[in-house]
Amino acid sequence: MEKATYYNPADLAKFGNITEWQPEMGRKFFDYYGEVFKDGALTEREKSLIALAVAHAVQCPYCIDAYTTDSLQKGADEAQMMEAVHVAAAIKGGAALVHSVQMMNKAKELSM
Amino acid sequence: MKSLHAQHHPLADTGYQLTVLTQAEVEGAHQPLFATRLREAGLLPLRPTGITVMQVNVGKMCNQTCRHCHVDAGPDRTEIMTRATMQQCLDALRQTPIEVVDLTGGAPEMNPDFRWFVEQISALGREVIVRCNLTIIVANPKYYDLPEFFARHRVRVVSSLPHFSAVRTDAQRGEGVFGRSIKALRMLNEAGYGVEGTGLSLDLVYNPSGAFLPGNQAALEREFKQRLVREHGVVFNSLLTITNLPISRFLEYLLDSGNYESYLDKLVQAYNPVAAANVMCRSTLSIGWDGQLYDCDFNQQLDLLVDGRAPQHIRDFDLAALNERSIVVNQHCYGCTAGAGSSCGGATT
Ligand code: SF4
Ligand code: SF4
Repeated sequence: MEKATYYNPADLAKFGNITEWQPEMGRKFFDYYGEVFKDGALTEREKSLIALAVAHAVQCPYCIDAYTTDSLQKGADEAQMMEAVHVAAAIKGGAALVHSVQMMNKAKELSM
Repeated sequence: MKSLHAQHHPLADTGYQLTVLTQAEVEGAHQPLFATRLREAGLLPLRPTGITVMQVNVGKMCNQTCRHCHVDAGPDRTEIMTRATMQQCLDALRQTPIEVVDLTGGAPEMNPDFRWFVEQISALGREVIVRCNLTIIVANPKYYDLPEFFARHRVRVVSSLPHFSAVRTDAQRGEGVFGRSIKALRMLNEAGYGVEGTGLSLDLVYNPSGAFLPGNQAALEREFKQRLVREHGVVFNSLLTITNLPISRFLEYLLDSGNYESYLDKLVQAYNPVAAANVMCRSTLSIGWDGQLYDCDFNQQLDLLVDGRAPQHIRDFDLAALNERSIVVNQHCYGCTAGAGSSCGGATT
């Protein structure tokens, strides 16, 4: 028997199976998904790099796997991919830090 | 780095490569036979649509030893086409309307009779394509005038540049290759290649430096054009995306890196029946350094000769019989039918 883990890389390929239990919504989701990633005002490569950054922000191992491959396929290089992750990190870090203004406000309110 | 051949590597044996390629089918049956997919598409036996390109591999010698090379080429390979065999190719050419002769290798320019051969083909009024690895132009002063030589014979130059980043290019083709390639591209541009209005065509070949498929050809071309002109002042005509086939040194890389199974799955999953109808072997005849005939350069590197009912050597060339042959296919063919398809001319759909 396969060792049980919360994440199994083979499950990524089964993503499409979610339509089995709710075909209508599943199909709509995948149609939308496909539409979102098409070349448009942003190129496919730019969209792939955004997806890679978001994948890190939401810390989804499936998405990191998928969008690392996809970014490479779309011609991104290591520097572009790492910069995309830094953008995610900066926003996540910044989002934590900017709340410190709230902390400072509250601390000031409570202090003499 | 040495070739698999010089290392006496087990994969230097093409019979062993074919065993590896067909094993997955025997074991798991989750990678259906390529021939079965062709049958489903009504394409078996696979027949030529008419030979329009003669692709001649003039030898396995190369100044580079790229990690993905499907020829297992390198400085240690001594197999080279003689002038006598070239003459047989010219004799065959003379009796046919084939318009394009595509010269490949190794580095074709390292064949001592390379220039003579180009002159003779061009004298027959046929178009010559040279698959130039770029670095050969700057490898030795005797090659510095290649751009002018190419221009004189209106040769179409097709050159590999797997990425606009030095890191990704060098990882596949060797340390310092990117810098030398850019230098060679500038020399080609100076001779008029890739420059609008000259009619001298310079195409670049993108193939992935790793276990993934090429992306959209048009999108990559836009990106390459922007980056190369902005960062290096280099121009070119078209970008051709080519999928790496799981044979020879790329097969070694896949097995060594643990990517073999997943790469084959990727190719099989991306199978495109439209691309299957457009595979290049239907319009190409491939000739080996020793004059033997193959359906394509990949089959050539796997020692898969053309079907025995057709002539198997250029000295016995017979266009009608060759146009009637059944093309020999195997699991590596999935590389030509994945996604948008792949051929020596790039995507096929
Ligand atoms: S891929 Fe081309 S340049 Fe590289 S080793 Fe093979 S023949 Fe030479
Ligand atoms: S590998 Fe050769 S024989 Fe097979 S499909 Fe591609 S071109 Fe044809």
